[in-house]
Formats: sequence, structure tokens, C-alpha cells
Amino acid sequence: QVSVALKEGRVTPTELCQQCLSLIKSTKFLNAYITVAEETALKQAEASEERYKRGQPLGVLDGIPVAVKDNFNTAGIETTCASNMLRGYISPYNATVVQKLLDQGAVLLGKTNLDEFAMGSGSTDGVFGPVRNPWSYSRQYKEKSVPKSHSEDKESNWVITGGSSGGSAAAVSSFTCFAALGSDTGGSTRNPAAHCGVVGLKPTYGLISRHGLIPLVNSMDVPGILTRCVDDAAVVLGSLAGHDPKDSTTIQDNFKPFELPYLTDVSKLSIGIPKEYHAPELSGEILALWSKAADLFRNAGAKVVEVSLPHTRYSIVCYHVLCTAEVASNMARFDGLEYGHRSGMNESTESMYAATRREGFNDVVRGRILSGNYFLLKQNYEKYFVKAQKVRRLIANDFVKVFQSGVDVLLTPTTLSDAVPYKEFIKEDNRTRSAQNDILTQAANMAGLPAINVPTALSERGLPIGLQFIGRSFQEQQLLTVAKWFEKQVQFPVIQLEEVKRHDHDVFQHEKSASFS
Amino acid sequence: QKVSVEVLDHLEHLALVDFRDSEGVERLEKAIQFADQLHEVNTDGVEPMDSVLEDRCLYLREDDVTEGNCTKELLENAREKVEEYFVAPPGNIPLPKLEERDTFLQGS
Repeated sequence: QVSVALKEGRVTPTELCQQCLSLIKSTKFLNAYITVAEETALKQAEASEERYKRGQPLGVLDGIPVAVKDNFNTAGIETTCASNMLRGYISPYNATVVQKLLDQGAVLLGKTNLDEFAMGSGSTDGVFGPVRNPWSYSRQYKEKSVPKSHSEDKESNWVITGGSSGGSAAAVSSFTCFAALGSDTGGSTRNPAAHCGVVGLKPTYGLISRHGLIPLVNSMDVPGILTRCVDDAAVVLGSLAGHDPKDSTTIQDNFKPFELPYLTDVSKLSIGIPKEYHAPELSGEILALWSKAADLFRNAGAKVVEVSLPHTRYSIVCYHVLCTAEVASNMARFDGLEYGHRSGMNESTESMYAATRREGFNDVVRGRILSGNYFLLKQNYEKYFVKAQKVRRLIANDFVKVFQSGVDVLLTPTTLSDAVPYKEFIKEDNRTRSAQNDILTQAANMAGLPAINVPTALSERGLPIGLQFIGRSFQEQQLLTVAKWFEKQVQFPVIQLEEVKRHDHDVFQHEKSASFS
Repeated sequence: QKVSVEVLDHLEHLALVDFRDSEGVERLEKAIQFADQLHEVNTDGVEPMDSVLEDRCLYLREDDVTEGNCTKELLENAREKVEEYFVAPPGNIPLPKLEERDTFLQGS
């Protein structure tokens, strides 16, 4: 919708950019952004405006403000991964996906906050502090929360965004940008999408280039897309997908961007409901919603079947071993010599490395490096690492079997509950929380499958709940088509934020959440 | 499940990060315990999986130089450099042994 508005001249890219920048300032308390690239964004907006004046926009994304998670390299803009290790690091290059967005004329507003090095499920463990869920300040949440006492500070009851791409999710959810990039290794895009009420797409592994995305787990990482509606996600996907010679793990098949049809007949669809996703910790509310969704499909004529993915419960353990092992390797590059933080210790190379890493990494990162090294020790290699790789194959095969049996798309919950208050969340450590929260999203990363979170309804506390669709490898078109149909059925409400109302602009005033496609 | 001090020391050397305190060691022990659940799964005859794209050919490009000559940019982010070199403190000096190091593990 905004793209049409730009083409018709009802709003200009610079106006749009300035609106977003000023909204970012008034929502600073969310802590969604680490770096705001005000000057460069305005320049990009001006260039876009010129193009529109000449009637030559680069495409649908021309002039659209976007944000990027701070673990993607952005030339000339600080990239920190929310870690002391990379504070002050100005990337000399753009990650491929960032370059693609810029080539389409998108306006890069800034870098969003995350858990340090994308390790975590709350966006609470970065050096710039935790990200606050915009819904904490929504009328919907405030109406449902009962103040325990007059003196209880409303401020202290805010809920988390989920993670690790919490900043990106919060940015999209609070209307400060129209799309954001996240990364997804164990659910890091879908989890915050669910908690913040936005669409979070994890593409098939190999579809989108990882060049420039600071790696966590090379065999599972993918750039993730966060938007306010499924159509927008398809548009962004269209501009990002495709082979990249700089990332040899991208497939060479030709990718054709697609538009999503609106399904009128779902009777040919087969939806699978994996019974193992009925985890004991799943909240009653979400269970009921999941059931309602299945009924929705059934009543519309689709075939809804229960399926089994027997190794689901091992995916977290498997992830734990493979992730820490790859992390141990990927974090080895941070030694202070070529970039990033460098300790003042100068006795010897090794002691300088050790001191630099001691100072630069937080407990979570160090913990994973040490665990990873343990699992990779000669005496443990077969027992843990290779064993985990074997279990990984079993998990991936579970999905293959289910899809072979005729199921088109799987429907599962995305999270175990709605967003918890920060005070609650920090009572347990990062690893425990990750193990608890990644349970429903992790297996898709293990198998490399595309998955998407679609905001479904508000919980009793007035917070978003999302449901997840998992599709076949490289069948994003089918996956998104189903997601779009579902989105239209559930009519998820728009967040009612005072800050956004104050920035009233006809672009934001729509009965549906403002989209750009 | 306790991990021996020798292994902990070895890990600190390999990883070049330290167990700052007993919590760090506990974290590792819990991680190992968690990972032990893997052994419940029967993986007889199953091949380890390196990549989900194993059925495809990895892209290999021609061995031609297509970019480079960016010495200045690459050196920009380094703290200590001289002309076109990164400067490191003297190498080949092993990390101090456990007894001599300032590490929590000494007490174990």
C-alpha cells in the first residue's frame, strides 16, 4: 500500500523516512535499535525521491524504510552483534542481502538490537541492554494487566520480545520500519515474530545468501524476514533470494520472484499436525488456538491429518551439541588482531588473544565456546558431535517421510506461551531459556526447511500469539500462499500504541496493519 | 558428572577463553549432562549429516581473481598496525601453566 502511495506521489520517500526516524526517537525506550543511520538514510530517501520524480523507481522496495539486525555487515555503519568484541567495528562491506535491499532502493534506517552474537531467545543478553516488546505499551496489554498496587511502576512490567532478532521484530511491530532482516538459526526470527505479532519468515537453507551475515552455525543459519503481512514477506523474499557466488551454500537453481494468489479453494490442501509438537509445557491458550486453526482448515475443506515426527524431542539436544561445536569454531576468528576489540595485554600472542576474548565476550558466548570445544575433543568427537549429526539426519528424515506421505504444509504453534515479563524471563539462565523456547522452532533449522510465523490472535493478557507453518524445501510459494490465506481468516488486530497515534499519517491509518506491497 | 581439572585446563587452552568462576564450570557440566540425552537415540546404520544440501553439488567458481586490492579497508579496523602489517605481540610463547595462571581453576 505504501509503495503505491509513493508511486502516486501521495507521500514522498523523504517524508516517509523522516516519519520513521522521528518515530524511532519517540520509541527509544524500546531499545530496538543499536545504531540509527540518520544521515545516510535521508540521503537514500532523497535519491529515491529523485527517481520517483522521474517516474523511474527501482521497484516496489524503492524508498521503503527497512532495518537490519546488527549481525549483518553494513558498509560504513557500525556492526556490533551486541557484543563488546565488535564495538566500534565499521564494516568495510555490505552483506549480500543488505546490498540487494539497497540496490532496490530501500532506505536503511539502522541496525537493530539482538542477543549477543544471536545467542539467546529473549533479546535480553546483548551489551546494549534488552529489547522491550512494543506490545507492553499497547492499549490491549494495558487493559488486561491488573496493577498489583498503586505504586507498581508500569514500566517494570514490560514483556520481552523473544529472540534473538528481537530488535528487528520490535522495529516492525512498532511501525518504525516496513520490513526488517533478522537471522534464524534455532527460531531466532520466528520466536520474536510470534511475541511481537508480526510475520516472521525463515526461508529454506540455501535460498538466501549468508555472505556478510556473521555466522553462528554455518549449517543452519539463514537470514530471516520480518514484516507486517505475508504479502510483504513475499516481496522481500523476491528481492533477496537467489544464488550468490560469494556464498557457495546457496543453490544454483534459478529463483523466480512470485506474487501470492489469494486461495479461494483449499480443498486440495493437506495440512499435517505433528503430535509431538503438543509439548507438555504448551500453554492451554495456545493449544486451543492451534486446535481452532486446524478446524478452520478442516471446515474450509482442506484435509487435516495428524502426523508424527518421532525425533522432535531430540532436536534441542542435537542443536545444543552442533551449535556449540560450530560456535567454538566460528568464534575463533575474534582474536583482536584484524578487527574488533583488542586487549592491552602484550606479553604474547596467545595471552593477548585470551585477554581479548575474556574482555570481549559475555558469559553466554564463552559458555558455548567452552562446551563446543568439549564436544569436539578427540575423546568426545564420536560420542557427541558425530552422534548429533546422526540424530540430525533422523530428524530431517522424519520430515521427508511426512511430506512424502502427501502432506503439503505442517501447522504447529511457534511458542509455548505469550511473551513473559522481563523480570520472569531473567530468572533462568540463557541456555535453559533457549532450550525451553526453541523447542517448536528448532527442528525446521535442523532440516533446513522453510517456516513462517503468522500472528493469529491475542492472548488473555492482550499479547500476540502466532502459529507456525512449515513447508517443503524450496516451496516458499506454497508455504506463503497457505500462510496468506490463514492470515486473511484470522484478521489479527493492529497494535494500538500511543506513540504511533501521535505520528498520525495517512499512510499509517489503515484498518489493516500498514504494508508496503 | 565432574570434569577433571586437566580437561578444564585443556579446554581453556584450546578455546582461549576462561571459566571465570565455578558457575562457568557448572554450566559446562550441565551442558554435558544435557547432551548425554543423545545416547538414548538408536543411530545404528545412520550416516552423520553434514549439510541439508548434501544431495546437491556445491558451487565452485573458476579460480580467477575477481576482487581484492582493498588493503586500506582491511587495515582500517585493526588497532595495531605498521605499514601494511597487522602487529601481534611475540608468538611461540605458550600460555602460562595452570599453577602460574590467574585462573579460577587453581583452587580446584
